[in-house]
Amino acid sequence: MNKHHDPASEFDAATGQSTTGHEWDGIRELNTPLPRWWLGIFYATIIWSLGYWVIYPAWPLLTDATKGVIGYASRQEIEDDLAIMRKDRAALASGLADASLEQIKADPALFRVAMAQGKAAFGDNCAACHGVGGSGGKGYPNLNDDEWLWGGSLAAIQTTLQHGIRVAGNNDTRVSQMPAFGRDGMLKKDEISAVANHVRELAGLSTQPKADLALGRKLFAENCAACHGPAGKGNQELGAPNLTDAISLYGMDLASVTETITNSRNGVMPAWGQRLDPTTIKALTVYVHSLGGGQ
Amino acid sequence: MAATGYPIRRATTGEMGGLVLAAGCVLPLIIIAALTPDPAYAFHVSLAAVASLVAVFLIGNRCFSPAPSPAPQEIDGKPNYNMDPVKFATVAAMVWGIAGFTVGLIIALQLAFPDLNFDLPWTNFGRMRPLHTSAVIFAFGGNVLIGTSFYVVQRTSRARLAGDIAPWFVILGYNFFIVLAGTGYLLGITQGKEYAEPEWYADLWLTIVWVVYLLVFLATLAKRKEPHIYVANWFYLGFILTIAVLHIGNNLALPVSILSPKSYVIWSGVQDAMFQWWYGHNAVGFFLTAGFLAIMYYFVPKRAGRPVYSYRLSIIHFWALIFLYIWAGPHHLHYTALPDWAQTLGMTFSIMLWMPSWGGMINGLMTLSGAWDKLRTDPVLRMMVVSLAFYGMSTFEGPLMSIKAVNSLSHYTDWTIGHVHSGALGWVAYISFGAIYCLVPWLWNRRELYSLKLVNWHFWISTLGIVFYISAMWVSGIMQGLMWRAYTSLGFLEYSFIETVAAMKPYYVIRALGGGLFLTGALIMAFNLWMTVRHGTVDAPSDDHALQPQLVPAQ
Amino acid sequence: MSSIENPAPRKSLWLKHKIFETNSIILVIGVLLVISVGGLVEIAPLFYLRNTIEKVEGMRPYTPLELAGRAIYVREGCYNCHSQMIRPLRDEIERYGPYSLAAESMYDKPFQWGSKRTGPDLSRVGGKYSDEWQLGHLNQPRALVPQSIMPGYPFLAKTELHFGDIADHLRANRGGGVPYTDAMIAQAASDLEAQATPDHPRAAELEARYPKVQIRDFDGDPKRITEADALIAYLQVLGTLVDFKLYDTKANIR
Ligand code: HEC
Ligand code: HEC
Ligand code: HEC
Ligand code: HEM
Ligand code: HEM
Ligand SMILES: [Ca+2]
Ligand SMILES: [Ca+2]
Ligand SMILES: [Cu+2]
Repeated sequence: MNKHHDPASEFDAATGQSTTGHEWDGIRELNTPLPRWWLGIFYATIIWSLGYWVIYPAWPLLTDATKGVIGYASRQEIEDDLAIMRKDRAALASGLADASLEQIKADPALFRVAMAQGKAAFGDNCAACHGVGGSGGKGYPNLNDDEWLWGGSLAAIQTTLQHGIRVAGNNDTRVSQMPAFGRDGMLKKDEISAVANHVRELAGLSTQPKADLALGRKLFAENCAACHGPAGKGNQELGAPNLTDAISLYGMDLASVTETITNSRNGVMPAWGQRLDPTTIKALTVYVHSLGGGQ
Repeated sequence: MAATGYPIRRATTGEMGGLVLAAGCVLPLIIIAALTPDPAYAFHVSLAAVASLVAVFLIGNRCFSPAPSPAPQEIDGKPNYNMDPVKFATVAAMVWGIAGFTVGLIIALQLAFPDLNFDLPWTNFGRMRPLHTSAVIFAFGGNVLIGTSFYVVQRTSRARLAGDIAPWFVILGYNFFIVLAGTGYLLGITQGKEYAEPEWYADLWLTIVWVVYLLVFLATLAKRKEPHIYVANWFYLGFILTIAVLHIGNNLALPVSILSPKSYVIWSGVQDAMFQWWYGHNAVGFFLTAGFLAIMYYFVPKRAGRPVYSYRLSIIHFWALIFLYIWAGPHHLHYTALPDWAQTLGMTFSIMLWMPSWGGMINGLMTLSGAWDKLRTDPVLRMMVVSLAFYGMSTFEGPLMSIKAVNSLSHYTDWTIGHVHSGALGWVAYISFGAIYCLVPWLWNRRELYSLKLVNWHFWISTLGIVFYISAMWVSGIMQGLMWRAYTSLGFLEYSFIETVAAMKPYYVIRALGGGLFLTGALIMAFNLWMTVRHGTVDAPSDDHALQPQLVPAQ
Repeated sequence: MSSIENPAPRKSLWLKHKIFETNSIILVIGVLLVISVGGLVEIAPLFYLRNTIEKVEGMRPYTPLELAGRAIYVREGCYNCHSQMIRPLRDEIERYGPYSLAAESMYDKPFQWGSKRTGPDLSRVGGKYSDEWQLGHLNQPRALVPQSIMPGYPFLAKTELHFGDIADHLRANRGGGVPYTDAMIAQAASDLEAQATPDHPRAAELEARYPKVQIRDFDGDPKRITEADALIAYLQVLGTLVDFKLYDTKANIR
């Protein structure tokens, strides 16, 4: 039986196998045959692959690749998926696309869908600036309160979302620029200090003892009232904030107010009309409107 | 030559060549360093100039050494093995390993506690992460691979390592490459290709080093006294050759100028992506798999004192492994802009790769048949066996993750990170630890390790660490994948991205804990090895370190 | 010892393997042949199959400022956390926008598709946020997004951009097939300045060379051109070039 064996091959008692007869630095090798189960699974994976290549796009040829018998393409699959999604959504709330904002607000079923969609879109698009719950941050308005820069009606909010605020290259964007009174030399340092103190006076905050409030009042009427109104109550046509309440975009401490007057801020809110589809914008409008303070 | 009265001997060809080349480099390097406007690049070029000067000094110094040169091939009829480069690589591996694990721990902590980025350029996550991957794979893993390959090829060929200064050039040159790569990342020099981040000049340098490595390895095989080439050497050769091909292919780039560290790869977009993952996946297949399988094929049978389980299996799984691995790259690009046909190939070849991968595990594990009882008493062997189990696990998980439906969930998530580290910690690091535990007493002629008990501690602490690490990543990865695609009952996305980030935090803390345990284990190992070398009982130089297989001649 | 199973007969195929075990050069050749097949079959067709890169309107090479910004993106390793590849999966399209096309990265050296999404995908982040937000976020991510784990990069806005050799960068890109013209290379430095400086006299030229280019001061300091200017210019162009109104989805299913 062993006549076929290499004369140097040896028998290993522990496994009942013979070795190949070679030895390297004391290491030998058994001549154990391939494990059956191992070979079986290996063949199975090969056969499975052969089948897969027939069904799906697989092998590159000279001008294209094989297409597979079921005509699968990942880009076709996603088109189909998205079509199903659109259909499902239409079935859920056929009206969201056609209904007016007021109708959505009034119809509980539509409202529920709009809120769900609005919440989802808000988290990935708006929360970075306005905070997860819309509570804002320095330079980014709080959307929960009833103070509005540009108006809190459904229509005003929709316009804000669609075209953004001070977006370069967008013709319908909301614009208005508070001048940089200090940087552009329109007011001198002590004048700015006077106006800043007056602004704090308007908001009912403490003023510096040495402040010339009379001068501040005068300068305010000359320079600021055009936008912020004679009493500092703001003007939503111009996006000029109300300065008399405690709510503030950039902070009402003296340093912040001075900075605003000196350099102005001119915050930018992106335009979402290009990025999000009209239904999403509607949903967001309703969502933001109902966060608090919608008018 | 004695006529001059100096104890100088005639330099060998290798020494002369090395001297001339190294000396010739110094001036051009100094000029480049002086001219470049980029301080980080100037630093690197100056380092190279210093390295050349050191090379001139070292080679010059050799010429004054009393040792006969070139070293004799045999002494008393026994091969005169060249083990000094191996010793160097072993120490380097340990040092880089600890550095790499430490950086891994730091970046793990940064993900849990982002303030640890310190807002500085050289400490931020984006620069430290490539430092970690390169330190563990190329610095730690690479030194283990080069060191053990030089050891194994000599012993299984019964021949002294080929070349006079060439082996030193390989080891030192490689480690110089590592220094360039690592300091480069911190200074902001990177090509931005995963696992191939070093810039063009470091890539070029590595190409030279690697070709010399291949030549030394081949020339040693050519000198062998054994009629057959041992299976470990097939794997080493496959690893060295393929890495050369991959490295050159993936790094083809046009430098902005010789005075700039920056280059632009010649391919772009989708073609670059395919090249990158052809490389990246096979860096796993040949660096982290074929190379370490070579280690397994020598150290497991040696330590177990048993013959390799199946010669036939080794043939089939070797060729199947290297053939199939190359095709699997596109599984890193599922559902991307890579055409569907290529994704199909990547997926199917990954599935077919499952059994060839397991061939290595079977051959390793079954080599213990007849010696399983040793696992109780020998923690070093136990480490190697567990590494094979992790190897089997990650090469099962890999094909699973290659299935497009699974990958659509796992891709981009921590699941990948979990998979990586079950392979990296469980397989790569454990088989390396096992090999180093074997090597150190052999290289330094010590009878045994300083303390097997400490090996045991190392084993249990780091195993616990691995379990923490990978189970945390599986949970967080799958959770992350599910959260990204979760829909509310009304059919809208349920979670915003930032909510998924916040949900990761506890798992990031657990992972860091696991990393800390793993690092602790490595420190225990370093101490143990240090004590072995410093205080171990000196063994009589002997040729057979391990038990010989218990065999009887066949009739 | 007749109990030995599986005697290997002399003519056995297994013995044929001897040639690889006894001749290292043949082993080398064998390995090289075996490892070449997969790479060739998967990579070469991507260079000649026409449908690999879609037909789109609007792609143009990066402006010099965007290219410099991209180099900073690479240098800081943003790709370690951010992908730039939206997959054709429903949730990704809803979260990030239309799936990424191969054409959109055809001038990207290296590609930055990424492999880990610790942070969100950035392939369509252009125009999503304002420059001030980007700057504030780079300076101190947690000031704007409290749960963020992104590192801060306050040093970018403090570091002047070095662009003395920007023309060489364009040239190296052209060597790899990016269609920069001679004029683009010759005017690279001036184009870079023009893009980051409001009301620059050469703005019109820049716009002619690079349609849709966004010209403004990006980092809130019009007097200096900093690394933040470049990086934000790059972020703001991501995903804005291809005109999806003109893109024919059906024609590019492959
Ligand atoms: C890049 C930051 C940013 C992002 C993202 C952003 N906004 Fe704004 N948003 C602003 C800024 C800044 C303002 C205030 C501009 C000003 O000074 O008038 C603003 C104002 C608004 C206003 C007007 C508030 C008022 O008082 O009139 C609404 C409503 C609004 N945002 C909703 C949204 C919604 C909904 C989204 C997401 C689709 C969003 N924002 C995304 C920055 C942003
Ligand atoms: C052309 C219109 C305009 C004029 C004139 C103007 N502002 Fe404003 N102001 C605005 C707008 C718009 C904002 C909203 C902030 C922004 O986005 O810049 C604002 C914001 C402010 C704020 C910050 C409010 C907050 O919520 O933090 C203060 C304070 C302020 N203005 C004070 C003044 C003072 C004082 C003057 C005169 C010296 C002045 N403004 C003149 C339009 C104007
Ligand atoms: C440690 C991981 C990490 C690194 C490195 C990193 N980021 Fe981020 N990034 C995040 C995370 C997490 C978020 C989500 C939270 C947030 O908005 O801060 C994010 C968000 C962003 C966003 C907002 C995306 C959106 O659509 O909301 C931008 C833009 C961005 N990062 C750019 C960069 C740039 C540029 C770099 C490199 C200079 C970088 N990031 C490096 C983790 C990282
Ligand atoms: C103390 C032990 C270690 C710790 C704490 C650790 C931690 C980490 C962390 C935090 C990351 C980044 C993950 C992310 O981006 O989300 C990472 C990535 C990586 N690590 Fe480790 N690591 C350790 C050991 C190792 C070892 C030993 C290896 C290899 C031999 C390794 C290989 C890698 C690789 C390849 C990646 C990149 C994965 C990818 O891009 O998908 N790590 N590691
Ligand atoms: C049959 C064997 C294997 C297959 C088929 C396989 C498959 C995969 C897949 C599908 C991914 C995820 C790609 C993605 O979605 O981004 C991956 C990632 C990875 N695997 Fe494996 N794997 C195998 C074995 C291993 C082993 C043994 C290691 C050893 C360390 C390893 C290391 C890695 C690394 C480092 C990555 C991360 C790459 C990156 O994104 O940076 N793999 N592998
Ligand atoms: Ca490289
Ligand atoms: Ca600037
Ligand atoms: Cu892979």
